[in-house]
Amino acid sequence: MDGKLLQNPNPLTKRFLFVLAGLAAILLLNLIISPEFFQVSLHEDGKIRGNLINILNNGARVCILAVGMTLVYATGGIDLSVGSVMATAGAMAALMIRPGYLQGLPVANPQPPLLLIMAVPLLIAMLLGLINGALVALVRIQPIIATLIMMYSARGLAVLMVEGQTPTYHGVPFTKLGLGYFLGLPLPVWIAAAVFLITVLVTKRTALGVFIEAVGENRKASRYMGIRTRLITMGTYVFCGLCAGLAGLVHVAGESSTSPYNTGNMIELDAIAAVIIGGTMWGGRFTLAGSIVGALIIQSLSTTVYFQRWPYEYSLVFKAVVLIVVALIQSEKLRAYAAQGWASIKSRRAR
Amino acid sequence: MEEILKVSNLSKGFPGVQALSNVDFTLNRGEILGLMGENGAGKSTLIKVMTGFYRRDSGDIHFDGQAVDFTSPNDAVRHGISTVYQEVNLLPQLTVAENIFIGRQPMKKRGGIDWRELNSRAENAVAKLDLDIDVTRPLNTYSVAVQQMVSIARALDISAKVLILDEPTSSLDAAEVEQLFTVMRRLKSEGISIVFITHFLDQVFAITDRITVLRSGKNAGEFTTEGLSRMDLISSMLGKEFEDLDASRWGSSLGTGEGDPLVSMNSVGKKGFIFPFDLTIRPGEVLGLAGLLGSGRTEIAQLLYGVEKPDEGVLQLNGQETALSSPRGAIDEGMGFCPEDRKEVGIIPELSVRENIILALQAKRGALRYIHRKEQEAIADKFIRALNIVTPSSDQLVKNLSGGNQQKVILARWLAAEPRLLILDEPTRGIDIGSKVEIQKLILELAKEGLALLFISSELDEVVRCSSRVAVLRDRQVIGELDGTDISESQIMKTIAETA
Repeated sequence: MDGKLLQNPNPLTKRFLFVLAGLAAILLLNLIISPEFFQVSLHEDGKIRGNLINILNNGARVCILAVGMTLVYATGGIDLSVGSVMATAGAMAALMIRPGYLQGLPVANPQPPLLLIMAVPLLIAMLLGLINGALVALVRIQPIIATLIMMYSARGLAVLMVEGQTPTYHGVPFTKLGLGYFLGLPLPVWIAAAVFLITVLVTKRTALGVFIEAVGENRKASRYMGIRTRLITMGTYVFCGLCAGLAGLVHVAGESSTSPYNTGNMIELDAIAAVIIGGTMWGGRFTLAGSIVGALIIQSLSTTVYFQRWPYEYSLVFKAVVLIVVALIQSEKLRAYAAQGWASIKSRRAR
Repeated sequence: MEEILKVSNLSKGFPGVQALSNVDFTLNRGEILGLMGENGAGKSTLIKVMTGFYRRDSGDIHFDGQAVDFTSPNDAVRHGISTVYQEVNLLPQLTVAENIFIGRQPMKKRGGIDWRELNSRAENAVAKLDLDIDVTRPLNTYSVAVQQMVSIARALDISAKVLILDEPTSSLDAAEVEQLFTVMRRLKSEGISIVFITHFLDQVFAITDRITVLRSGKNAGEFTTEGLSRMDLISSMLGKEFEDLDASRWGSSLGTGEGDPLVSMNSVGKKGFIFPFDLTIRPGEVLGLAGLLGSGRTEIAQLLYGVEKPDEGVLQLNGQETALSSPRGAIDEGMGFCPEDRKEVGIIPELSVRENIILALQAKRGALRYIHRKEQEAIADKFIRALNIVTPSSDQLVKNLSGGNQQKVILARWLAAEPRLLILDEPTRGIDIGSKVEIQKLILELAKEGLALLFISSELDEVVRCSSRVAVLRDRQVIGELDGTDISESQIMKTIAETA
């Protein structure tokens, strides 16, 4: 083990181990209740199946969203619009795959190139992110308000684009994005892993990561030392929009249809919860790995509830409990009380 | 003269600082008293102890002949001591009348606020100050000066015998100041006593009867304004007598730089910020800015560094006319700026010492030309050694360092970025004596290496010691420039004292 790491632990490293332990605890709970939760099987078609894979597969969307959300959150912002942006991107993809849906026509034949079906919705998602970023960084509207506006607008845009219908497009190549497999694992898992790895590389192998943290921690000081604070802030919202667009494509591909109302509904809250559970500071140090584990914690709670055939509401309660625990751990006041209590117990024992 | 407020032997300490030690303070009935002192002199602490905001450690306070022990600002207000702070402490969205009566609204018998009564009483209250305003309009529809007056009206209506005005004029223009003074004179003629805190020398001479000066938490002087020379007041504030001035002038070895000016500012100014001024800085020289607190030193630095945009005048860098609209632009022109307020605009508390040191250099290079970890460590270690920064390692979070060491980290940040012009705004504040001398020596070394420096400090001996030229400021105006053998503390003080 690297001795330096232990002597001088980055607070986030400690935090990350803690979050990882949390995920392990949830899985352990399942192991105790029903060991068959962990059954994983390799099927003849070369696909690996099982609850653990389901957690990764179903959690992929929140993972992708959480990566973008982490950077926004680190600049001292928040993005409530990601769920709606998912729907907009999904609606755009539907329009390209089945332009004649409202006239009752089947999917376009031949299909436009897959890359184009992906690129256009992603560009739109980035544009919506840019609007968020401009409202926050240039117009100085509070992030929660600016992105609330976008949450309504992008949802409305998605509904208008498909005129409130739910276009379906089973069997087209695009659906592989959500349903396909590669090396035994579902494609969404690979996509989420790629988003995570690329973002880690880009933020840690360039100075972007430390610039984001600096801007989030002390915007004024960052400006004084020549960091382009507005550009950095806007950049995180554009990137968050891109992640939302990608998560939207993965989602609608998996459904083989675009429901403008249901796509990404309320998912922004899961993404924000993942970031908080992961340990990223609001305005300051961020950890992408923490956010991923946070997203997996949320997903494994849902999967557990589903697998144990408990009512869906249980998963809401579990999420609340996890967030309360995290908030309590983060509370300096509580830690001070705990330290006091511990000291008094020790002194009593000494006597 | 009858004493209304008398403080004797007052002491107050905070962890690590003795803010007031054995301070005496007397305020007579119906007088205007100026309370003066530089940063850290203890003015605010004295006011806060007198008005019950802090509890004193020792000493006595007598008010109106009675020994008092106020337990809260409200308690002091009830007894008749009201304070109007620099920042207007009212609720901008409420009406003038509501602001005057908030917390003590006249009520109807059957409950509910008696608005008619409230508004008519408010009209009376503002009329007493010769203020002709509509009390039913929101406060923020009026100028800061009027808001200031409304605070005073509120204080008076609560039955003030003593009114403390904490830098009330800092955001007022000349006409508004005169309006305030008229009100103050009138209150004085009605027997109300006023404590007037300000940094403006002209104003304190214009309005006060007496002046009390604090320095480093102790009494430094009590004067009758009439017949007092500015020189005596300034030397009392700065704690310097002509005789004991230190003559050592390292800066004289620098000469006044070489060649063409790197920076030249011609009648650059900004309304309500600083009056137009001329300045030049050449490579290899240290231009010192001297003046009392609030005289406009930092404002010059902010205009030069692009933090604030001037609304007149011409800035030339290297002979090229340039308009800077952001620090980023200034940095691209080769500038660096160690700000006075290290918490607000200096450190990034949760980042490590290493990251704090390399950030400006990294920003200059751009995000994509990443300084690798090894190189970062080399740079950080070099400056930790060179500036004697006390930290267990370069990975320590900067928030865990002492103030002086944080200051050195910011200095290291800019040295690492290798600027051509370095602006140092109070680089030695809060630093121990040993480090102070180290930084002063460093300033000279940098100048000898050909750097141009703009050096701002409240400590005159430092300015005198390190500068090759000194620009002197007073009341947001550059009033003179000294060079060569003219640079001495006494000469600077004389320049500040000269009446306009």
